[in-house]
Amino acid sequence: MDWLIVGIILTSFVMLGASRLASCIRMVALQGALLSILPLLAKPSFWDFHGLLLFVGSFTIKALAIPFFLFRSLKEARIKQEVEPVVSLHMTLIGGGAVLVLAFSSFRFFALPTAPFPSLIVPAALATVLIGFLLLISRTKAITQVVGFLVLENGVFLFGMTLLSDFPLTVEMGVLLDLLVGVFVMGIMVYHINRTFDHIDTTVLSKLRDIE
Amino acid sequence: MEFSALPFIIHIFILAITPPFFLGIIAKTKAFFAGRKGPPLLQVYYDLIKLFRKGAVYSKTASPLLKVAPVIIVATTFVAGLLLPITGKAPFHFEGDLILFAYLLALARFAIILAALDVGSSFEGMGASREATFGAFSELAFFLGLVVLAVTTNALSLNAIFQWESVHPTLKPVFLLLFFSFFLILLTENSRIPIDDPNTHLELTMIHEVMVLDYSGPDLGLILYSASMKLFLFMALTTSLLWPQPMEWEWISIGTLFLKIAGMAVAIGIVESANARLRLIKIPQFLIANFVVTVFALLVTVFNKGT
Repeated sequence: MDWLIVGIILTSFVMLGASRLASCIRMVALQGALLSILPLLAKPSFWDFHGLLLFVGSFTIKALAIPFFLFRSLKEARIKQEVEPVVSLHMTLIGGGAVLVLAFSSFRFFALPTAPFPSLIVPAALATVLIGFLLLISRTKAITQVVGFLVLENGVFLFGMTLLSDFPLTVEMGVLLDLLVGVFVMGIMVYHINRTFDHIDTTVLSKLRDIE
Repeated sequence: MEFSALPFIIHIFILAITPPFFLGIIAKTKAFFAGRKGPPLLQVYYDLIKLFRKGAVYSKTASPLLKVAPVIIVATTFVAGLLLPITGKAPFHFEGDLILFAYLLALARFAIILAALDVGSSFEGMGASREATFGAFSELAFFLGLVVLAVTTNALSLNAIFQWESVHPTLKPVFLLLFFSFFLILLTENSRIPIDDPNTHLELTMIHEVMVLDYSGPDLGLILYSASMKLFLFMALTTSLLWPQPMEWEWISIGTLFLKIAGMAVAIGIVESANARLRLIKIPQFLIANFVVTVFALLVTVFNKGT
């Protein structure tokens, strides 16, 4: 279980350091796959129906559907393959390290019962959420923002895992639905921005009214 | 502390004689991947003998520092080697010797940087500046890695750390992270391929090789020898993370040592064959990523200790 959690954090770091969009999307798919294994391990028996359903659901959405969707919009938008961060990749990586320290030093404020999981899951969830924020604010392209949003959602999903035994279905379906809706909205945004302005750089959004 | 002479002598013997052999293994592996026959395994020894029989030529602008530096480098690397347990116990160990270990290696780097600046060649100054920059990054990660080890084992001596008394940590994610991190540090510190190419002689891109351009004959031999010894030390340190050596000295531990270090050398050869050098501007990012991975390992270790 530790392996999975460590792997989830590492994939977010790869996303912070990756300079190509395609590798970012591949990493978010990998992270989704790792996350979807977690509910399987939460139950005492491996073949628990609810856990299996959650696994299938989250795996199809997080590891297959969304990356496919993102790759398609990447292809159709015909954008440059580079990430174009606002601050340099070095600084985002250092920022990621700082965020990690923050997450690990403040986990005591979240006294969550993490029964089937090791307590490492709380700082891991916190770190994933914060790295998602970092990705959101430090990248300009809409596609990378979707990726940041997905990482954020993955962090929320990790938090949700700690509640799995108490509120099983509602929490999980809520998380999945939330994510699905979010990605669709962002995806549609990507298309629209692309269609209208021929590229998907969000810095231009702030200048809309000044164009003459 | 009981003192037995045999392990001590064998430790010194291994440390002094074998390191160039593993450079030969790396060269052989790379040759295999390139489809060549490659130099013989003992080529580095032949090179060393050849260099020691030559005379040295010194630049007229250089001060005596240029002549002293290779000796300092060999001496510090060798003493650092005495602190690291490679077969059973280390010959010398005391509380806190891991800091001495790190700083002895840093002293060797300092000497080579000073010597490079001393010659007054602009190329060597450039190499020295790069070495200092990348050294600063990798040293940070190296220290943090040692801290992780110290926290895990509650020990401050390399000897005690690598005895792994109660914690046999091989299959924990933290140790895989650490192994990975130490492996990258190994590549950085010994100027292997993703960071620096030991075979290149294009002054604009090389790091380590450019600093020793003004050395010739026995001095160059000493530098080559100490470089191989440093590589040997790092390989021993890194492999000990995944394959700890036995607590007590036995004859068989020499065999396992050679086996694991030869495996490591093959791994380095494969990495070097499969990768191209990074662009110079990419290297800091690579090293920062490595540093962050070490920070992550430290946090997880402290966290697991706390709960």
